[in-house]
Amino acid sequence: MHLRLAYARLRPTARIPRIMFEISNVSQCFGERHVLRDISLRIGERRVGVIGANGSGKSTFVRLLNGLLIPDEGTVTVDGIDTRTDVKAVRRKVGFVFQNPDNQIVFPVVEEDLEFGLKNLKLSKEEIACRVDSILEKYKLEHLRQSAAHLLSGGEKQMLAISAVLVMEPSYIVFDEPMTLLDFRNKKLVVDTIRAIEQPIILVTHDMEHLQDFERVIVFEDGRVVADGAPEDAIRHYMDAMA
Amino acid sequence: MLSLYVPGDSIVHRIPAGAKLLILVVGSAVLFVLSSIAIHAAELLVIAGLFHVARLPWRDMFYQLRPALIFMFPIFLFHVFLTDWILGVETILRILVLLLLAVLVTLTTKLSDMMDVLERTVRPLRHAGINPSKVSMMLSMVLRFIPLMMREAQEILEAQRARGLDRNAIALLMPLLIKTLNMADDLSEAIDARGYDPEPVVPIWRKYY
Repeated sequence: MHLRLAYARLRPTARIPRIMFEISNVSQCFGERHVLRDISLRIGERRVGVIGANGSGKSTFVRLLNGLLIPDEGTVTVDGIDTRTDVKAVRRKVGFVFQNPDNQIVFPVVEEDLEFGLKNLKLSKEEIACRVDSILEKYKLEHLRQSAAHLLSGGEKQMLAISAVLVMEPSYIVFDEPMTLLDFRNKKLVVDTIRAIEQPIILVTHDMEHLQDFERVIVFEDGRVVADGAPEDAIRHYMDAMA
Repeated sequence: MLSLYVPGDSIVHRIPAGAKLLILVVGSAVLFVLSSIAIHAAELLVIAGLFHVARLPWRDMFYQLRPALIFMFPIFLFHVFLTDWILGVETILRILVLLLLAVLVTLTTKLSDMMDVLERTVRPLRHAGINPSKVSMMLSMVLRFIPLMMREAQEILEAQRARGLDRNAIALLMPLLIKTLNMADDLSEAIDARGYDPEPVVPIWRKYY
């Protein structure tokens, strides 16, 4: 509790958030299955958690936020940009970290994978080298620079995946269950890393203890938002529903 | 098989990747025109010198050559019995020079640099509708995912063995295919999420009509 108070004191503006993501009347079907049913949300908080059972639609929901998925019905805007009209601009704004690091590291060598996103941003060679150097140093991955990605440990892989997104300096970052496949120690490492990120984040997770000091938690059930608000209330609602 | 590149800043490392690959191509062609044990032995010495200059561990070199060495002996015997042993020595030297040159280039050149060269080389093909950046991306990803797929295959085999199924190629194929397709789905999402946006390529026959 007092963590949250300290936070509020540090950032007096946190109480009147600017709208970053606006989701209006979004529905999504995969074949016969309704994955999302008429979702409308405005997100402006810097720390937002998303929870829900498997298949509740939370992963589908976060995929709307950077245009990986364009909704069947309704609109999603990020800082006023519609994902349907300018998906490239939205993807530059919103970074995305997936659950399985193995399937998101694209290049065989650590350094090359970090360069990949920056090349897509069409940055100069000097800028790319400079950003790669500083991210490797910041996350203490310098010794792995030339390592083969498939030889890294699970924790190192996820740290690489996170670095590869952070190096692109997106305005917001979405994490889709980034700790699920990790052991206890690496989970802590990834959680601490995510906590220290300056940008606003949206974190999908099953580990509710990590959401205690978040500003807002959204609970999904069967494609609908069933609770939305302060973490303790939202989590209690979720636990009651599960019991 | 992937961490072949040995980082360094020797003169061999600093030669541009394009030049190195060109030397490799031209050198291997010349190698088959020249026919003299003395010359080949001299080339071998030069390459050994370059290995030394690039500060490459000898262990890596032997590791790379090991599979090829197994074939050298039968080739030599073949020449001893069918032609003469001098030609045998020359052939072996020739293969050694060629392989060592290739190993030298692979150990001192970053994969991404080689991919850049490849991208430039296939650039003329864009008139035929082939996207050079996609070609090099594809090759990098093949290298990235071979070890991953081998591990997946291993896991499937273990799961099957745990339930009493012995090695069976067909039983392996189906789950591996499904896993690979799933992986490809995830991967394409990850690539999109990081803003992959290759320049579109227009084949020549679409441009002028």
